[in-house]
Amino acid sequence: MTDLTKTAAPEPQSESQRAGVGDGIRGWWDGLSRPAQWAVGIPIVIVLALIPVFPPPLLDTPGVSFGGVMALFSMYALIAIGLNVVVGQAGLLDLGYVGFYAVGAYTVGLLTSPNSPWNQTDNWLEPSWAWVACVPIAVALTALSGLILGTPTLRVRGDYLAIVTLGFGEIVRLMADNLGDLTNGSLGLSKIAYPEVAVSESMPGGVFSPGNLGDPSSWNPFERANNGTWWFWLGMFLVIGALLIIGNLERSRVGRAWVAIREDEDAAEIMGVPTFKFKLWAFVIGASVGGLSGAMYAGQVTYVNPKQFDIILSMLFLCAVVLGGSGNKLGVIVGAFLIAYLPMRLQSVQLVSNESTGYLLLALDLALLLGLWLLWRRRGNTLGVWARRGVIATAIFAVVAGLLLFGSVLLFRQGGAQSLGDLKYLYFGIALVVMMVLRPQGLFSVRQKLLAYGRQVYQAVRKPAELIGAKR
Amino acid sequence: MTSAASLGVALLADGSIDFNVSGVIDQFWRLTVDGLTYGSVYALVAVGYTLVYGVLRLINFAHSEIFMLGMFGSYVGLELLGFAPSGNVYSQGVVLTVIYLGIALLFGMAVSGVAAVGLERVAYRPLRKRGAKPLAFLITAIGMSFVIQEFVHYILPKIKPGLGGTNAQTGIRLVEPKVQFTFLGAEVTNVAIVIVVAAVFLAICTEVMINRTRFGRAIRAVAQDPDTATLMGVSRERVIMLTFLIGGLLAGAAALLYTLRVPTGIIFSGGFILGIKAFSAAVLGGIGNLRGALLGGLLLGVAEQYGQILFGFEWRDVVAFVLLVTVLMFRPTGILGESLGRARA
Repeated sequence: MTDLTKTAAPEPQSESQRAGVGDGIRGWWDGLSRPAQWAVGIPIVIVLALIPVFPPPLLDTPGVSFGGVMALFSMYALIAIGLNVVVGQAGLLDLGYVGFYAVGAYTVGLLTSPNSPWNQTDNWLEPSWAWVACVPIAVALTALSGLILGTPTLRVRGDYLAIVTLGFGEIVRLMADNLGDLTNGSLGLSKIAYPEVAVSESMPGGVFSPGNLGDPSSWNPFERANNGTWWFWLGMFLVIGALLIIGNLERSRVGRAWVAIREDEDAAEIMGVPTFKFKLWAFVIGASVGGLSGAMYAGQVTYVNPKQFDIILSMLFLCAVVLGGSGNKLGVIVGAFLIAYLPMRLQSVQLVSNESTGYLLLALDLALLLGLWLLWRRRGNTLGVWARRGVIATAIFAVVAGLLLFGSVLLFRQGGAQSLGDLKYLYFGIALVVMMVLRPQGLFSVRQKLLAYGRQVYQAVRKPAELIGAKR
Repeated sequence: MTSAASLGVALLADGSIDFNVSGVIDQFWRLTVDGLTYGSVYALVAVGYTLVYGVLRLINFAHSEIFMLGMFGSYVGLELLGFAPSGNVYSQGVVLTVIYLGIALLFGMAVSGVAAVGLERVAYRPLRKRGAKPLAFLITAIGMSFVIQEFVHYILPKIKPGLGGTNAQTGIRLVEPKVQFTFLGAEVTNVAIVIVVAAVFLAICTEVMINRTRFGRAIRAVAQDPDTATLMGVSRERVIMLTFLIGGLLAGAAALLYTLRVPTGIIFSGGFILGIKAFSAAVLGGIGNLRGALLGGLLLGVAEQYGQILFGFEWRDVVAFVLLVTVLMFRPTGILGESLGRARA
């Protein structure tokens, strides 16, 4: 049987695989000293934090709060980091990761929602700090559920593990749906607690409350920020924390064991790695990060229902990891951004105002593509490197524009989709297929084998020998 | 504080799950008949998963969408014959009904077969040429299943109004379920007979084809060792195409049989849960093993029916997954183990 996540046996390295995107940047980053990395990293983080407050014109999401989208992104980023531990590092294909997300969200919901029989906010969880108190409980419970799922199932491998975890995700959703007395069934739990910070006269729920819409006229970023932005900031904080902790784990014995298991489980076992134990570790750590994200989600939306946690979402999480580059922490965060942002960006977008304009533009687009193709066939060899790249970039642009125009034209015919956002899964599916054909290792592929030897050796391999000698 | 144990206690105390054992005993044979009916549909779909897995070592996650297209295919077939989805059942006489069903079956099989081969051409072949990782195949399969679902959801109604779209298609009811005989107190309807007989017949045909014919031998050879098979003059591409074709045809047949039993299932997302269950059935029996698919399908169908009475209707889907996990814990390769490649040479 196959192991889906295993790196393939020696295969012809195509050109795209040798030159990974961002390899130069990665080399430069690894060359910096720790303080220099902080000095570069902190301004980048600050710029990122300010993006939702002052949204750049093209990046903004019309009709949807950009802060809310970024909050969703930070939650998906946490998910991607957690799932990356399971799939990217330990090589365990988990298709039911949404189950952990749901457990985290439902824990917060069950403890603080007035719809729940286990609501503790009247007894000993003060409403003002109920959310904060629930987060550790949610993380602990998801870790426990990871343990419960992992202990029996981690003995099966590869595809079997995939289907068993898929079943787990579905069972969690069905339980949330069917235990009507407990979870309020398909109606869901509403009025879930959120952290009440900076409560004032004008803002009775604090800055995290759904009532905080921000003040777009103000120049003070803290006044401009709506509740989504505040959640995004909290999410960024948690993401950075998770990155630091998991990064340390990956550089430790645990991380090396994970990579060994991913590359060849039997060999690792024979070399004395207790594979079951470390696989369970990966599951539990991945699960608890997922639970943390779920707790954030429940707090921000203040409402959970079973429909929010279906298998499609699980697939999306996996896609975030694979799109970004399985095994690469920063890559999967980019993947999470694409998953969270693109559907929202397309929401309520209509490219053309009437059907005939749409057809005209579509025809122009097709003509452009045809022209590019002819150019490539006839004169492709005579073009310079940058001209070739330009042609490829234009072609990609034209294909994307063509797909969007196609969707827009469809919207004008009767019935069906209302905006391009309705077609998001169509585009998403196409993007996945194209991506896997053109770049199966993800946008930012990881130099996987080298991770096993640790950072120092990695640098030693990347740098000429005398440089290392001069340093030490 | 809460924990899994207290959750379990709470479930029992709340009475959310009541163990209706007497219900199962009372209705044992009825449930068995129902279970076999659903199970044989699962089995037919599971054969598609198992074949592709045996040959390519690939979970074809888009197979459930092939099945869904089959439901639309047989619907269109019946529509072209002049039927419309009205509330009542058409009464055409036995011979005519069988002929009409046969035509609808052909339509369903044709659509599914073409879709399966097309899926392989569009999505998997480029990946194979590049020697992609197995995970890339899986993601592609997920992507294609999104594309096919959204195609039926949004694009199909624009191409042919009245087909596809957000709401379920009202099925055309050609056959009225009529009780033919009672078996130990269980009423066996004509629909159930048709479904079980047709499904088992098709599954046996496939089994015979794989084990007795030249194509079958080629498929087994590729499943066992693709490189050696290629060296021996077996066209790998052709075998793969054939595998997808057989899987697609069976899924199409299963689609028609399923709509006979559940006329309301024709919807863009209608294949999803059934696909997962069929895949569970394939894994249950031992993926890569045709008899395993049949056994797993029937077993899953029956277990689901018992479980649905035992625990309550809403737990029906959970039963399937719990059964799967339980079996995998004790036999990690499924009941019969995998063996398409290792079958008698």
